[in-house]
Amino acid sequence: MASEKKKSSYISGKESRRITRFNRKITRKLEKQRADYGKNPAGYTTQMKNPGNVVEFDNVCTYFFSDVGVVRAVDGVSYEIPVGKTVGVVGESGCGKSVTSLSLMQLLPRPAGQTVGGEIRFNLGDGSAYNIVNTPNDVMEHIRGNRISMIFQEPMTALNPVFRIGQQVDEVTILHHPEMSKEAVKARTLEMLELVGIANKEGVYDMYPHELSGGMRQRICIAIALACSPSLIIADEPTTALDVTIQAQILDLLQNLKNKLNSSIMLITHDLGVVAGMADYVVVMYAGRVVEKGTTQDIFHHPAHPYTIGLMRSKPVVGKKVDELYNIPGSVPNPVEMPNYCYFRDRCEMQCGHCSGQYPPEIRISDTHIVSCYRFMDEGQVLGYPKSVDVEAL
Amino acid sequence: MNETNDRLLEVKNLVKWFPIKSSVFKRTIGNVKAVDGISFSIRRGQTMGLVGESGCGKSTCGRTILRLQEKTSGDVLLNGQDIFALNREELRKLRPKMQLVFQDPYSSLSPRLPVGEIIGEAVREHNIVPKEEFDAYISRVMDVCGLPEYYKERYPHGFSGGQRQRICIARALALSPEFIVCDEPVSALDVSIQAQIINLLKMLQKEFGLTYLFISHDLSVVEHISDAVGVMYLGSMVEYAETAKIYSNPLNPYTQALFSAIPIPDPDAHINRIILKGSIPSPANPPTGCKFHTRCAYCMEVCKYAVPEWLEVEPGHFCACHLYDTSEAKAKASETMERMKRENVAVGGKEVL
Repeated sequence: MASEKKKSSYISGKESRRITRFNRKITRKLEKQRADYGKNPAGYTTQMKNPGNVVEFDNVCTYFFSDVGVVRAVDGVSYEIPVGKTVGVVGESGCGKSVTSLSLMQLLPRPAGQTVGGEIRFNLGDGSAYNIVNTPNDVMEHIRGNRISMIFQEPMTALNPVFRIGQQVDEVTILHHPEMSKEAVKARTLEMLELVGIANKEGVYDMYPHELSGGMRQRICIAIALACSPSLIIADEPTTALDVTIQAQILDLLQNLKNKLNSSIMLITHDLGVVAGMADYVVVMYAGRVVEKGTTQDIFHHPAHPYTIGLMRSKPVVGKKVDELYNIPGSVPNPVEMPNYCYFRDRCEMQCGHCSGQYPPEIRISDTHIVSCYRFMDEGQVLGYPKSVDVEAL
Repeated sequence: MNETNDRLLEVKNLVKWFPIKSSVFKRTIGNVKAVDGISFSIRRGQTMGLVGESGCGKSTCGRTILRLQEKTSGDVLLNGQDIFALNREELRKLRPKMQLVFQDPYSSLSPRLPVGEIIGEAVREHNIVPKEEFDAYISRVMDVCGLPEYYKERYPHGFSGGQRQRICIARALALSPEFIVCDEPVSALDVSIQAQIINLLKMLQKEFGLTYLFISHDLSVVEHISDAVGVMYLGSMVEYAETAKIYSNPLNPYTQALFSAIPIPDPDAHINRIILKGSIPSPANPPTGCKFHTRCAYCMEVCKYAVPEWLEVEPGHFCACHLYDTSEAKAKASETMERMKRENVAVGGKEVL
C-alpha cells in the first residue's frame, strides 16, 4: 500500500523530458495561432448568442501545461452573465472558478496557461462582441480596467505600497481617458472615493496604503475598479480577508454601486451566505466543471447536484442546531489524471446506475435550472455534454 | 463535584500590554492594550468560543493564557494552579497539559521533519510513553485523527490543508492534554474540509474529555462547537453567556451588530443588518469611556466618559454596556462623567481609517 501511494506521484527522468518537450511544442503552436487570429479584427470579433448578456462562456477549456502533465483547470465551462445582474460562482479552492475569471481577463500565466478551446464572448454594447480567447493584447489593454475590471481577494497586497492612493486611482482614468486634463482626473478620483464611502476623501487622496485598514483598502480597490464605469466587475473573493462587520459594509457598498452604474458583477466566493445575499444567479463548480447553475432561489431551495447538497449541509448555519456536520467523504480527484466518469462519483452518496458511464451531460430540470447529474436523466431535457479538448491532437 | 473543581481554567482580570518604544532611547511612550482586563472561566470538558473582529486581542488572549508570552497583570489558573507563579521547570512539566492548534497549517509545521517526528517530538521530550511503545503510540494517535499510518515517513509539503490541520491536531493530542487553545483552526480551510475538522474536534472532545478555548471570527462555526461564547471588542470582553442565550438574545449593541452581519445562506432571509460605520479603533489609543461608543447606534452621553461595568444582566449572561446598568452602576457612571466634565478631560477616540 505504502509503496503504491509513493509511486503515484513519481515521474521518471525520461517521462519528465517528454512532458517538457510536448509542452514546449504545444504552447508555441498555440501562441502562434493566437497571434494569427489577432492580426485581423475578423479573427476575434463575433456575435453574442443573446444580446442581453455581458459575457457568455461557451465550453471554455483552460489548461495548464505543467511539468507533471496537463492540468485541466477549466474544462468545458459554459455560463452567461446577464446585463445588470450578479452571478455568484461557488466552489472549493482549486475548482477553477478563479481561472475562469483570469481567462476572461487574459491574465493567465502564459505560456504555461492556455485557453485551448471554446469561446468567451464579451458584449461591446454596439451589437458586436469580442471573442476574448483570440483577442490580441493591444485590444485587451482597452478592455481591462475599462470595460471589465477586477477586485482581488487581498486588499493588503493589491495596492502598490510606494504610491499614494490618489495616484493609484488616477492611473486608471489617465490610461483609459488620455484626453482628460489633470484637474478633471483628480476631480473624478475624488468623486470615486466619495462614491465608495470615504468621508475624508481629500486626506485619503494623499495617503499611502499602509495608513489604511483592510476595509478601507478594499474600498480603494473598488474605487479603482469602478473608475471607468465598467460593464462587468469581477469580484474575486472580495471579502474573504475581511471581518464580518466590514464584510457587511463592503457587500452593501458593492450592491448599491452595481445598481447605480448598471454593471454586472461576477462574484467569486466559497461562502454560500455571501452568495445568497448578493447574487441573482449561482454557478456551482467542481473540479473544473460546472455541476449546477440556476437562479439563487433554484440553487438554495432546490439544490439538485449531490455536491451542492453536500456543500450546503457541511456549513454550520446560525440558528440551526445539528449534532454533527455532514462532511463530504474523500477529496477532489487529482487534476492531472481526471477520471473518465463523473468527477464526483467517488465521493457521492446518491450514485445510480449510469454513474460509471461517461461524464454526465447538462440537464435542464426547469426553465432556469441546469444540473449535470445522471439522477435527473429521465426528468429533464438533455442539453449536451461538456467538451474536453484532446491535447494530443492539437 | 463542587463548583471550583468543575472549572478547569479560570482567567481573572488578565491584562497584556505591548509597550511602544521610542526610536532612539527606547523609552516606553505608550502601550498597545491588546488584552485589557478579561475574566472568564471554562468548565471541564466544555468549549468556550471567543469571537471578535481581527485586532481585538483574541489571539493574544489565547497565547497569554498558555504563557507563551508574559502577562502584564491578572491571573490564569489551570486546575487551580496559577501558571504565572510557576518556575521554568514546573511550567515545563505542565506544558503537555495545555496545547495549541494554530490557524495556518501551512506555516505551523516544520517542512524538514517527517510527520511521525512532528507528532512524536514532544512525546519523546516529555516521556509520555516508554520508548518501546513509542511507535505504536504515535500510530494510535494518528489513527484517532484520521491519518493513515504510512504518512509517518512523509513530509508536510505533500499534504493538503485539511490533512495538515489533522497533523497539527494530532501533535497537540499526542501529549494527552486537558486543555487545547484552538486559534482559528478552520479559517484557512475549505467549507467541506472545515466540516471534517470540526467533527474531528468534537469527536476528540467526547472521547478524551478535552476542554477547548475556540478562537474564531466565524460566528456560525463558533455557535456549532461552543457551549459558551465570549465576545471581545478592542481588548475587553463585552458580553459572555451560554451559546443558546447569546445567539437568541444578544444584549450588547456590538454583539447585535456582529451577529446581524453573519451572511445567511438563504436568499429569502431578510434580516435587518446593522451596518457598523468605520472600523475598529487603534488599541494603542482606545476611545475613552465605553470603547465601542464611536461606532455604537445607542451611544449616550455617559458612554463617552465612564467605562461600563461588567454586570450579570440575566443569570449567567454577562454584559458590559451602560444600557443595562443597575441604578447603582448608573449613579456611579454619572458621577464619573460629572467629575470628568469638571476636569475637562478630552473624550472620544482617534479612529483608524
